[in-house]
This record gives sequence, C-alpha cells and structure tokens, in this order.
Amino acid sequence: MAEKSQNKMRRKKDAAASNIAIELIGINKHFGPVHANKDIDLRIIQGAVHGIVGENGAGKTTLMSILYGFYRADSGEIRVNDKQVKIKDSSHALQLGIGMVHQHFMLVDNFSVLENVILGVEDNFLLATSLKKARAELSRLAKEYELEVDPDALIEDLSVGQQQRVEILKALYRGAEILILDEPTGVLTPAEADHLFRVLETLKKQGKTIVIITHKLREIMAITDEVSVMRRGAMVGTLKTKNTDPAQLAELMVGRSVLMTVEKGKANPKEVKLEVEDLVVKDDIGVTRVKGVSFNVRAGEIVGIAGVSGNGQSELLEVIAGMRKPELGEVYVNEKAISSNKDDGAAKVRKAGVAHVPEDRQEQGLVVNFEQWENSILGYQDEDKYGKGVFLSINACRNEAKKQIEEFDVRPPNPRLITANFSGGNQQKIVLAREISSDPEVLIVGQPTRGVDIGAIEAIHNNIIAMRDSGKAILLVSVELDEIRSLSDRILVMFDGHIVGEADPTTATEGDLGLLMAGVSGSRAQRTTATKKDKTPGVSGSRAQRTTATKKDKTPGVSGSRAQRTTATKKDKTPGVSGSRAQRVTATKKTKMTPTNKTKGSA
Amino acid sequence: MEMFDNIIFLLDSMVRLTVPLLLAALAGLYSERSGVFDIGLEGKMLAGAFGAAAIAYLTGNAWLGMLAGIGVGVVMALIHGIASITFRGNQIIAGVAINFLAAGLTVFLGQAWFRQGGNTPALIMEGRFQAIELPFAEALKDVPVLGGIYFELISGHNIIVYIAFALVPFTYWLLYKTRFGLRLRATGENPKAVDTAGIGVNAMRFQAVLICGVLTGLAGAYLSIALSAGFIKGMTVGMGFIALAALIFAKWRPWYVLWATLLFGFLNALQIRLQGVDLPVIGQVPVQAIQALPYILTVVLLAGFIGKAVGPKAGGIPYVKER
Amino acid sequence: MSVRKPLPRWADIALLPMLNLLLAFTISGLVVLMVGENPLEAMRILLYGAFGYGEGFGYTLHFATNFVFAGLAFSIASHAGQFNIGAEGQAYLAGIGAIMVGLALDQTHWLLVLPLAMLGAGAIGGIWGFIPGYLAAKRGSHVVITTIMFNFIAAAIMVYLLNNVFKPMGQMAPESASVTNAGKLPQLREFWDFFGYAPVNVMMFVAIIALVGTFILLWRTELGYKIRTMGQNPNAARYAGISNSKIVMIAMTIAGVFAGMIAVNEVLGVQNRLVIDFVFGYGFVGIAVGLMGRNHPIGIALAAILFGALYQGGLELAFEMPAITREMILVIQALVILFTGAMEGLFRAPLEMIFTTLDFNKKSSEQEG
Repeated sequence: MAEKSQNKMRRKKDAAASNIAIELIGINKHFGPVHANKDIDLRIIQGAVHGIVGENGAGKTTLMSILYGFYRADSGEIRVNDKQVKIKDSSHALQLGIGMVHQHFMLVDNFSVLENVILGVEDNFLLATSLKKARAELSRLAKEYELEVDPDALIEDLSVGQQQRVEILKALYRGAEILILDEPTGVLTPAEADHLFRVLETLKKQGKTIVIITHKLREIMAITDEVSVMRRGAMVGTLKTKNTDPAQLAELMVGRSVLMTVEKGKANPKEVKLEVEDLVVKDDIGVTRVKGVSFNVRAGEIVGIAGVSGNGQSELLEVIAGMRKPELGEVYVNEKAISSNKDDGAAKVRKAGVAHVPEDRQEQGLVVNFEQWENSILGYQDEDKYGKGVFLSINACRNEAKKQIEEFDVRPPNPRLITANFSGGNQQKIVLAREISSDPEVLIVGQPTRGVDIGAIEAIHNNIIAMRDSGKAILLVSVELDEIRSLSDRILVMFDGHIVGEADPTTATEGDLGLLMAGVSGSRAQRTTATKKDKTPGVSGSRAQRTTATKKDKTPGVSGSRAQRTTATKKDKTPGVSGSRAQRVTATKKTKMTPTNKTKGSA
Repeated sequence: MEMFDNIIFLLDSMVRLTVPLLLAALAGLYSERSGVFDIGLEGKMLAGAFGAAAIAYLTGNAWLGMLAGIGVGVVMALIHGIASITFRGNQIIAGVAINFLAAGLTVFLGQAWFRQGGNTPALIMEGRFQAIELPFAEALKDVPVLGGIYFELISGHNIIVYIAFALVPFTYWLLYKTRFGLRLRATGENPKAVDTAGIGVNAMRFQAVLICGVLTGLAGAYLSIALSAGFIKGMTVGMGFIALAALIFAKWRPWYVLWATLLFGFLNALQIRLQGVDLPVIGQVPVQAIQALPYILTVVLLAGFIGKAVGPKAGGIPYVKER
Repeated sequence: MSVRKPLPRWADIALLPMLNLLLAFTISGLVVLMVGENPLEAMRILLYGAFGYGEGFGYTLHFATNFVFAGLAFSIASHAGQFNIGAEGQAYLAGIGAIMVGLALDQTHWLLVLPLAMLGAGAIGGIWGFIPGYLAAKRGSHVVITTIMFNFIAAAIMVYLLNNVFKPMGQMAPESASVTNAGKLPQLREFWDFFGYAPVNVMMFVAIIALVGTFILLWRTELGYKIRTMGQNPNAARYAGISNSKIVMIAMTIAGVFAGMIAVNEVLGVQNRLVIDFVFGYGFVGIAVGLMGRNHPIGIALAAILFGALYQGGLELAFEMPAITREMILVIQALVILFTGAMEGLFRAPLEMIFTTLDFNKKSSEQEG
C-alpha cells in the first residue's frame, strides 16, 4: 500500500536524522490458531514518546510482551539500538534497557514498595543492603521525576495511581532506558493521569524513550510524538502525531472492514419492555464499573451499545441478566423490577421473559463438556416441558435440541456430540438457538459474532433481525462497530461506565462513533444531559441519558482498568488536544449540569 | 511445691510433644508460602520416622538415622513436587496419595525387613538421640523456681528439640531478611510478578518443597529415634494434620507457628495428664474434648469466626504462563 | 494456550484409568520384587484370593459394598466441584444412628430395622457432610481442610461416646452392646452357603440401588443437572440461575448420607455392635474408587470391585506370603490415587494429543459452515 512505502521512505530519512531505539521487523506471533501479531514492522525513535493504539484484540499487548521478553515471537527480527537481539526473557530485556509498566500490575500486594522494587535485583543474599540502596535510589528518582511514594507502605494500602508509580520506579531502578506503558491511565483519576503525563515529559527530557499502548486518543494527542495504529493483529500505519487528529486515528482503529449489509426494514417500536434506571454496578473486586446508566428498549427495536470492552458493558449485561446485583438503581422488565442479590437471580430474570446470549459463550453460556442437548436446556432446566417434577425427560430434551439444531442450522446436526467439538460459530448458534427458542420478550445479546466465521455471522444477524421484527425488544452489546451500525435501530455509546452519546445509525459515521468510544465526543453524536436530580418518570425515555460526574467519582481506585474519566479540570490546557471535531466533556463538581440540547438529526 | 513440679513436668512434656508439630508446621510453612499446598505432612513424617529408625537400627548410629529420615522425607517431597509442579496436578490429591503411600510402604517394608509387625526393632542407646545437659544445669538445679525451670524444662532435651526451636527465629530471618525468602514469599502471592522479574517460579517452588521434605523428615526422625526408641506402625497418629491445623491457625507466620504448636502441644500434654484424673468440681474431663480442640479451633478459624485465615494468594494453583 | 479437545468418553472412562492402574501395578510389582518375592506369583495369589473361591469372593463383594458407598460419597461431591475427604468421619459418626436403631428395634424384624437404620445413619452422616458444605458455601472455607478436621473431630466424639455412653456397665472394651436378633442384617450366606463366612449382606443390594439411584439423580433429574453444571462450570451455573451455594450444600449432604451407609453395613452387618474405628479406612478408599471410576456409577462399581478384590486378595496374599502384608494394598491404592488424581498429566496430555491429531484429520473432511 502507499502508506507502507511512505513509511519506508520516512524510515530512511529519520534513520539518518536520529537514533532508532527499537525496530521490529516482520514480527509474527500465534497463540494456537489465533494469529495475534501479523508481520509487524515498527520503528521507535530514541528519546520520543511513541504511542500504539488499537482496539481490544488488536495485538498491542502481545507485541509489547514480546519486546519485554515475556513471550517469544514465532518469526521476525528485533533490533535494539541498531543491534539485532533475541530477547530471551524479562531479565534479558532489562539488561537491554527495556522496562515495562504492565496494565495489570506485577506487584506483590502484601509487600512494601521497597520490597517490590528490589524483587529480582537484590544485591546479595541479605536484604538489608539492597533495601538501603533502594531507599536512597528511590528517594533520588522520586525527586527527579515527581514519583513520590512512601517506600515502606504496603502495596495493598496504596492508591492505584501510587501503585503505578511503583511499577514505573521498578523499571527505572533497573536502569530502563526504554519504558513501555500498557494502558497506563486506565486505572487513574484525571489528576493522576495528568501527573503521569508530567512524569513522562520529565523522563523524555532525560533522554528516555517511551512507548505507550492505549486505546485513548486523548492521551495520544496529548503526549506522543508518533503514533502507530494496530488493527486485528496487523500494523495499519505510523503517523507523526502533529500531522493527524483523533478522527483520522479513530477511523484507522476501527477500520473499513466489510460493511455487513443486513437486509432490514424500518423498525416499528412499541411499548417499553426493558428499562434500566440509574444503574450503578461494581465488579468482583469492588471497582465501580457502571456509574449511573439509564436507558430503555422497546418491543420491536434493537438498541445497540457500542464501546471498547472494559467500559462497563459486561457488568451491565450481567446485572440485566440477573447474574450480578447492582449497587444502586433497578432494572425493569414489563415494569417489574427484576434485580436480585441471590446467587440464582438469573432464574428470576428468565422467568420474567428475558433471554441472554452472553458475551463469553464458553465461560458462561455453555458447559463445553456437556453434550449439545444438555446445553440446549441450560437455564431452562426447570421448565415443565423438559420434565415434570424433579425428573428430566431425556427424550423431551433431545427432541427440543433436535428442533433447535434444525431451525438454526447447527452443524454437525448431532445433539449427542460433545459441545467442545463444535466450531465457535456453531457453538454460538447453539446458544442463540436456545435463547431465541425460549420465545422471550426481551433478548440481551453480548458479542454475538465473536470468534464466528463469516457464513454463520450472516445467519446470526438475520436471526436477530427476525426477533426484532416479531416484536421482541433487543439489547445488543458489541465491540464490533460494524455490527452495531448495521443491526441497531438506536446506538448508545458506553465509555467509562456512562452512556456518553446516542446516535442514529443512519447518520452517524464511524469516525463519530469511534471518537465517542475513545472518550472524545463528536459533533454529530449527541449527548442530552439531565442532572442527577432529574428522576421524574418519563424522563428516562428513549433519548434521555445521564452523564454524571459527582465529586464521589474522584476517589482513587473507583475507576476500572480501561475506564477513563472524560473530565478535564480547568488546569488542563495541554496544546494539541483540541482538534476540529474533538470536544471536551467537562464535569467537575463545580460545574452544574446544564441540559444541552443538541438534538441534531435524531431518529 | 508439688503444684510447681506438676506444672514443670507438664510443660516439659509439652515441649517434647510440640517438637514434631513445630517441625512439620514449619515444613508446611515453606511449601505453602511458595504456593504449593501440602496436606501430605503426615505421610512424609511417617516415612521419615521409618527411615530414621531403620537406618539407626542397622547402623547403630543416631546421626545416620537422622540423615536417613531426612533423605526419605526429601524423596517423598520430590514425588509431591513432581506431581504438583511439573505435572501441574491437583495438590490436594497428591497429598492424600503421599499419606497412603507412606502408611503402606512403612509397614510393608518394616514387615519385610524386620518381621516385627511393621515396627522396627528397639534401638540401643547409640541409635537414639540422648538428652543433652546444658552447662551448669545440675549445679543450678536447686535454685528456687529458676533452677527447676532451667534443669527440667530447658536443659535435658535432645539435640533435635533445640534445633527445632532454633529453626523458628531462623525461619523468620530466612523468610523476611534474605533474598531467598523474599522471592519465596512472592512466588506464593503473585507468581506472575516473580516471573516478570526474571525469577523461575517452578524452581523456587521446588526449593520450598525440598525444604519441606527435609523438615518433615527431621520431624519423623525425632519421633522414632529421639522421642521413642524405634518406629511403630502409624506412629504419627494425625500429628501431621495437627501441624497443618497449627499452620493455618498461625496464619502462615513463623513466630505464630511457634505459639500455635506450643498451644497444641500443651493441649496434648494436658489431655495425657488428665486421663483418669478427678478434678474438683468438673470431675473427669473428657480427654477427647481436649484432643479435638485443635481441630475445632481450626474449623472456627476457617469459618471466619476468629479473624480471617488468608493463605498465600497463589496457593494450590499450578503456575501456567497464560495469555 | 492449548486447543486440545477433551478425550472421547470411552478413553476418559476406560483407557486412562487402565493405564494408570497398569502403572500402579507395575511399580507395586517392583516393590514386591524388592522384598524378594515373585510379583507374578503374588498376582496369582491375589486373584485367587479375590475370585477363586466362594468365601473369598464373598469378602470381595463385602469390601466392594463399602467401597461403593465411599466412592459415591466422594463422587457426588466431586460432581459439584468439591473434594469430600470426610467420608471416613461421616461414616464413623453415622454409626451412632445405626447402632441406636439396631439396639432399639432389636426384637422386631430386620425389614423394620434396615430402612430406619439407614435413615438414622444417613441423617447423621448427612449432617456431618452438610456442615462443611455450609461453611464452604456461605463462609468460603475450603472443603478439603474442613472435612479433614471433621474426621478427627468425629473420631474424638466417637471415642468419647464409646467409652462413656455406649459401653455397657461393667464392660472393659470400648464397644457398644451387641445386636442379637433383628438388628443383625441378613447375610447372603443364609441364602447361599457359597459365600462361606464372608459377611457380605443385604447392604450389597442397597449399594446396587444406590449406584442406580445416583445415575438417575445425576443424569435424569433437574437437581443432578444442576449439580453437574456447577461442578463443570460455576459461571455457567450462575448464568443458568443455579444457586451455587445451595448446590454445594446439597451435594455435601448427599455425600454424607452415602458415607453413612458404610456404618449400617459394618455396624449391623459385620460387627453387630459399635466398635472403635470400625470404618477402618474405607472412607479414604472411596477417594481412589471415585477417581478411578471417573465419578461415574458404572466406573465406581467396577473400581469398587477392583479394590474389593485388592483388599481381599491382599489378605490372602498376606496369609500366603508372610513377607507381604496387607499394607501392600495401601501402596497400590496410593499409587492409583497419585496417578489418577494428581499426575493426570502423565498420560492425559499425550493421549489428548494423539486423539486431537486423529480427530483433526477426521474433521477436515466433515467441515461445517
């Protein structure tokens, strides 16, 4: 492609101008059948801040893990400071000066900061000398780079931002000259993120090279010199940050893949079937993932929730499905509240007429060691049609399974086959068949075509449309933007636990949606805000949303790993961030929520 | 004065009964701190006891016996290690298997070699560890209170007793003040962090498992060639499980292990002492109640009623470099 | 990450345990060789002792009966994802129920004694299984540790009761009074003297019923479906609206009930009274039986007979070859547990690879869309 040869020429020019800290040539990595990195070429200039963006599964972390020595590439060449190397393991990478700050911290929770810093690089058998040396060095580093942290504090007592500082200090202590940060601001509050950027600036001034992996365009525009975009395992292109803008990056990120043109007529939505009101949800480790979400879904319409995974969609789905209890708020089906805090809550939800195609079919939707027919009753085992009283009628189950297999073209059509032996697409069909056949009033679907081959995708999409046309209310969650755009009648974008925008699929572009998904709002995407006091019935109708940011939201540790707060205090005036379509969503405790009516082009 | 003597004798007995618990619990400490569950302490102790007694008898030398006991403990530990670490097998099942293996092999070999119903022949003096008199013990014996304590309680034990108690501060030092200990504890909490720091997780765990083998072997040796005069079939009678209970009760910390095992040792000494004895008011105490106390306490602890027993976070989970 | 598919059922149920057993026997044979005896001769004696004559076969069946119950006690909990190491204690304590019913109804008829004894023993065993299950479900305590502890607590309780409550006045031995009449379960030899003095009794039929009942429970009822789902994938269970905590408690209780049947068999069928440690380790054999039998009733039945043969044959062997004691059986049992339970990877991984290769070649032809 034209871009590649452009890159080549640029490479030659730049090679003359400055040092290349790291060069990757033709890197390939497979995990079983998954081709995580496809023929990656990458050039990182010494002393620069280089960003790597891409959606989930694009292959960014894998690539950097190879650089850090955690994985070995299947093929390809790595050059560090213009010398070819084979990075054996992490300590080898460290020797080469490459340090990594992981997305999920590699820290021992009940150790102190000092102990974590010296782990693996102790001077000798007795810890005392190493600890003393580390203490002195840490103090020096802290002053130099603004990385203050109490060296004797236990990790589990530190805020997430402080824990990250420890990760950075670890790398610096080991003499890293090249620092790789993987989704660094995912767990930080805005203030902590700004602090981090200042630290990175200082590091850069000291001549360190910084690589930052992220899916957040704001960060890229804020601090990088160059940015490489990855998509589905391949490197799409490398640009100089000042020559690009979030919109262009967003388009490259989500790509112009095959647009699924699904035949669908106009929607004819009727009464509200599913209503979510002020939902606040925490995950298993107590981090708030859904921060006040309200919307509804009507019979005969498909509402699609777009967003990069990790912004609260999974927890949202689980609550609606009855698998998790919300902290605040409620879910209504046909105006009946269905949330539960018992561990068999999903049964109640099913009885209320909700069917659920989960995001992870192997983890939640199927028991892979069961035969197919045993999975076709999963969740419905109590129903009378499968057996009266305590018994299960094998015949009834198998007959039903056969019917589902036929209707949904599951191959091979063998209900006795162990489910693990079906292909991914057919496993998904099994799940869909089961959920759709239960004739629900509401269908919630997560990642319906993940890991499914092209042929099955079309069938699955047609099934979903058919459900809509027969008057069901459908909530669709997907990270595949194309899927959302082609199936949904209404699109909601979720970012950092909030609904940050609603869009009309017929008018919103990929770029608009991509921006919203990455935490930057676009002009054609909308936001109709209402204050948190506004809870009058009828307000949570189809278009009203809430983007709230209260002062509670500033507590450290509240945001999850990928969540980012789209807040900017009045201190934030970094240049280069405001592009033509980018806007800042501001909400501080001082700013009152003013309803902005930007109802342009609403469906 | 009789009261005082009684107490001293009781405490003396407590010390002797604590030692195998202490050694086994410390053994379990090393293993579990590195992330390898070990419910096979009982079996390793038993096997070590047999090995020590057999060799001590055949060679007439207690030290060789002790080495043999340790050796057998290490072999059993290696089996556990290979199953749990190399083959990433279920650590609980492996422990259960070790216990049966030891129970079976000891009697089987004992019968085959010595034809004494699974026991080893009684050991002569040189085959056993003898009591060591600490300096001036005899001379100080008559000093009121302190002399008695020194003479009876502290002096006059065999070498393994002193080793066992010395191991407590040593373990504390090793675990918290050395590089080895830091890495060991990290392996049991967050093996990924250890791996990314360039330290071999499995190598670390094998070292821990081997130390466990040494200490359980030593515990067994103590039983058969220090406390007793030979191996008796099944002689560990659940001590390995009490040690496990003590370890959990002590929340996997060395000094707490000392107190926990002393407590359990005391309970054991107490119930022996109280058998058939009529106490005022209470009458005869059901000794089984005291015997069951360590186990009941552990269950209560596990149920979260007296604080939480949170073990090493990565305990029982084989380490796989996952995607 | 591996894409290895699970083994086809037959390989999982039959081939793998066979290989493990083979390895266990080979190693045991080496041990036998080490003490100077002929392993093949030992094998011959063992087989003869177990199956070669009526009384021996009777003993084999008797042991197998206990092992079926013990195996079921382990397996039903396994299906729910829990390791029940407590069958020994559950059975031991259940002896209280058995002997009390037996003594109380000793002058009636065994048809009355049997079901009520099963009820009593089952209730107590069930409670002793329920408590660890409850602690696991509601308080997060690890079932393995709690059941081990409960074994010891049960032993302490029983020793106390035998010495202070059940022991008739003036008797030295810590045993209960004996059942003499209806409390004694009818022995098979009363109907068929082929079995000689072997104490195999009517509980054998109860064992068979238990096996069938377990199969029906696990594969033909809603509850069984829920148990299996939970054990295979607790997340999917949550998805399906199955209460994890309820299932764990139920499974552990049923396990305890099964263990209690051992008590009925031993107390009323063999010893005719309550004695110290009448469970004799059978509860632990259940772990081996369950693992070998892949937690499936048919497998458990076969494994129980296998171990019954081992125990009886072992006794015979100990009789014929004084150098070999019945502890050899413990060694074999241990090795079986080791290979089947802990060192699965030894055979499973290579087998899986073989099968995946074969399967991959087959699937390339029948590719689906």
